[in-house]
Amino acid sequence: MNPLELVRARAGTPFTVRFDGREIEALPGRTVAAVLWSAGVTAWRTTRDGGRPRGVFCGIGVCFDCLVTVDGRPNQRACLVPAEPGADIRTQEGTGHDE
Amino acid sequence: MSERRPVLAVIGAGPAGLAATLAAAARGVRVTLIDSGTQAGGQFYRQPAPGLGARRPQALHHQWRTWERLRTGLDTRLADGRVTHLTDHHVCWVERDSSVEGEPVRDDPAAPGFTVHALLGPEQRESVAIRAHGVLLATGAYEKVLPFPGWTLPGVVTAGGAQALLKGGLTLPGRTAVVAGTGPLLLPVATGLAAAGARVVALVESAGPRDFVRRSRSLAGAPDKLAEGAGYAARLLRHRVSVKARHTVLEAHGVERLESVTVAALGPDGRPRPGTALRLPCDTLAVGHGLLPHTDLADGLGCRLDGPAVRVDDEQRTDVPGVWAAGESTGVGGAALSLAEGHLAGRSAAARLHGTAPDPARRTRAARTRTRLRAFSEGLAGAFAPPAHWAELVTDETVVCRCEEVTAGAVREAVGSLGAGDLRTVKLLTRAGMGWCQGRMCESGVAGVAGCAATPARRLPARPVPLGMLAAPTDDPPPAR
Repeated sequence: MNPLELVRARAGTPFTVRFDGREIEALPGRTVAAVLWSAGVTAWRTTRDGGRPRGVFCGIGVCFDCLVTVDGRPNQRACLVPAEPGADIRTQEGTGHDE
Repeated sequence: MSERRPVLAVIGAGPAGLAATLAAAARGVRVTLIDSGTQAGGQFYRQPAPGLGARRPQALHHQWRTWERLRTGLDTRLADGRVTHLTDHHVCWVERDSSVEGEPVRDDPAAPGFTVHALLGPEQRESVAIRAHGVLLATGAYEKVLPFPGWTLPGVVTAGGAQALLKGGLTLPGRTAVVAGTGPLLLPVATGLAAAGARVVALVESAGPRDFVRRSRSLAGAPDKLAEGAGYAARLLRHRVSVKARHTVLEAHGVERLESVTVAALGPDGRPRPGTALRLPCDTLAVGHGLLPHTDLADGLGCRLDGPAVRVDDEQRTDVPGVWAAGESTGVGGAALSLAEGHLAGRSAAARLHGTAPDPARRTRAARTRTRLRAFSEGLAGAFAPPAHWAELVTDETVVCRCEEVTAGAVREAVGSLGAGDLRTVKLLTRAGMGWCQGRMCESGVAGVAGCAATPARRLPARPVPLGMLAAPTDDPPPAR
């Protein structure tokens, strides 16, 4: 059993996004966080001071732990932003403004 | 003709906001329903993204028939133009606005109207201002999570967060989960994850059966809720979830992500019982310690708070004329209570905006439901509690403020060596609570570690905003009537 089977999902045509340069498959409507979780990725940010990995925590846009760089724009909340075909998603290092 | 109707801005499209919207729209009010979600439903009725084509979304939900009734009602009102639903609108603050024409709350001329300021999602670079004669706050709640060693590891998520990504994105963070903390939310999260294919190895709840027996009187008033609890128990059994009551998580382990957790039984003094520690391999820990009301918008309007919740009267009016509140923002009590409160608030708002009073005789059923469920949730809130001495388990190295990476040691130093005696001073000395989340995720944790009272912080704007929004003039025309 998986969540898609449980609700008998008939998802739209999958597309690909890039995460740190590698292609991963995405289903339409999923947020960046849901796409990354589905690909087995749980961390996409390193903290400013400790460089520690972070990913989703609250899942509803409150905690800002899941910040990620999408198409060159840092500090996007992965749990809110929908994944778009061809999106270039990158692990955000620190503030995301250092490069 | 419809242009002459008063306008009510309802903020939040969860159970309370939807019930309020339908009640007000049925009584001659134009409603602007403003919500941060891409679809109506809030957290409780969070819907899968349409692109995922779920043909049986109810498999992840409870009280689905109620949702269908709300959804049909909203669709009818959207079609007849009585309700406008603004999705992806993240409200930052609400202010009184004397330029809104008319006499909205006719028994109180001091409340001429309001402007709701919102950022447009998901990018949140542009903002809009929405005018209304009255405001109804149905802003819901967010999760309280107390810190413990390892809680910042990827794979550790809030119980509600795991549920949100499951309901909305139809995805799981891993295959083997532990659900832990305290509170009624843990039950649907554990059964939901299990039904969706995760192996839920344990539900770790710090409350024990005795905590419920002591409150059996208030709990017995809601037999339907007790039956719901029994239903969860049966599902946990069916999914072979090991229920560990009076247990707590001591630590989450892992290097780059979660690999296991250590749990232990709690003794009569609320401290872990020596020799009971047990390590459970898992890649997901869904953890929560209850819910906290979103009160920022109410606080910004000057509404009086009662502890962590917005204070309301029998009609769900706040003490600010023209402002109502309903649902979790007025005290956490679940979806059924939110529906009753939303209904009562919508009725009151419609009547008051027309210069009359709501008919008390016709409110009795919703009002009775409200009384009964408030008593029940007070009983529950007393029964569910984190371990009495949880802060002792937070090691000095543990990060307590996730945004600013402030450790428990730094907070203790601020209190012990530097003499901080309240949360505000701790914050100024350590930066705990100064990050992106505006202290929402760490306030309870920092207060516990510091040994201070968790006074609700003032957070306005209610979310980080671009500076341009603060400088921009409001330009949409005020509604006429």
